[in-house]
Amino acid sequence: MKLLLKIWRQKDASDKGQMVDYPIDGVEEDMSFLEMLDVLNESLINKGEEPVVFDHDCREGICGMCSLQINGEPHGPDRKVTTCQLHMRMFNDGDTITIEPFRANAFPVVKDLMVDRSAFDRIQHAGGYISVNTSGNTIDANAIPVNKDNADDAFNAATCIGCGACVAACKNASAMLFTSAKVSQYALLPQGKVEAVDRVKAMVAQMDAEGFGNCTNTGACEIECPKGISLENIARMNREYLSASVLG
Amino acid sequence: MGGIIQSSIVRKVAMALSGLFLVFFLLQHFSINLASVFSEDAFNAASHFMGTNPVVQFILQPILIFGVVFHFVMGFVLEARNRGARLVKYAQYNGAANASWMSRNMIFSGLAVLAFLGLHFYDFWIPEMVHKYVKFAPEDATRYYAETVEKFHSPVRTILYVISFVFLALHLLHGFASSFQSVGVNNKYSTNIQKFAKAFAVVIPVGFIFIALFHHFNH
Repeated sequence: MKLLLKIWRQKDASDKGQMVDYPIDGVEEDMSFLEMLDVLNESLINKGEEPVVFDHDCREGICGMCSLQINGEPHGPDRKVTTCQLHMRMFNDGDTITIEPFRANAFPVVKDLMVDRSAFDRIQHAGGYISVNTSGNTIDANAIPVNKDNADDAFNAATCIGCGACVAACKNASAMLFTSAKVSQYALLPQGKVEAVDRVKAMVAQMDAEGFGNCTNTGACEIECPKGISLENIARMNREYLSASVLG
Repeated sequence: MGGIIQSSIVRKVAMALSGLFLVFFLLQHFSINLASVFSEDAFNAASHFMGTNPVVQFILQPILIFGVVFHFVMGFVLEARNRGARLVKYAQYNGAANASWMSRNMIFSGLAVLAFLGLHFYDFWIPEMVHKYVKFAPEDATRYYAETVEKFHSPVRTILYVISFVFLALHLLHGFASSFQSVGVNNKYSTNIQKFAKAFAVVIPVGFIFIALFHHFNH
């Protein structure tokens, strides 16, 4: 498979950056997208050029490290996959593929295709936890009955891997799907309800402070999310936030 | 309190509630307009009531104007913030792959509706205000039907009305259903609300178009 890659190159956070063309040959259909970039980088290194920097870690679709805006979509044209699980069989011989970093003011570019997603960490730190005494008398979570629907919804919300595809896909660069998933996974469970009021207010305040845009319910985040996190979580967060703000 | 007003969620809910209020007004406006198709007397009676009742004129009308202005201003404020949240744009952005045209272009369909409101105010609201509160002209409970029908003689104006209501339908196709999501109504039980909102978004604007064409071709 012969391809033309148009890749964003940027030396560091202060560099202006630009798209650079890289023709590549010998790409196998069974390669993952990241393996294809590995091949490109190997050839660049052999030529004495700077390899393209991109985020990756587990390469099993569960860590959330890989990113990339591929042909205008986060994680590329396939659905419910991360970039490491995207295979080159999704493309055709002779294709031109545009590869850019996830774009949002809150996700500044570190170098080339690598962005700083620590804004998500700060939202999580603001309230995405429960406070429990772990001094030896902790009650087994399984001892507390949980409604099956709530348990399922909480579990589904907790499958969010924090990759940032929701922000990258959203025309407003909104982080509401991520934040709402983290709010929901606790709000639905008895252990999380205790701090629910403070949690939702703190996490939404941090989300706004990071400079993400507002949600306009386009649904792009849900479609592009590799874990299929539902918009229902955003509606739940809105309810939680309003109730917390009005009733306390 | 300042923090809450600045909150993205409160602003989004305010946008949704003002939108729902305008949808309710649209239904009321449509009901009266539809009367003009069936009965001149009924249309005149309803218009006379709306035009002279002090509660409608001095309480509901200012609330409506506030609702309209608030919805537009907040729409522009949110659009500006949202555009500012991604200062470096994508070289390639495939928005059509994951979101409807309507949802991605609410600002443009909204601007088209705003332009229509300008025409509508020029046609009806401003002459009505001048008639009642500037000239203090004698009240005539039978004038409304003829005044309305006269406006639809012009093919240009009729076409502008039709185009405007197509944009309104596009705006409502996303906006009405989306407002329920914004106020927190989205779960496995709310799919019928979404269907109703989508149907409303088509039926009511098409109804307005029908009324405009009906008067254009019958008078």
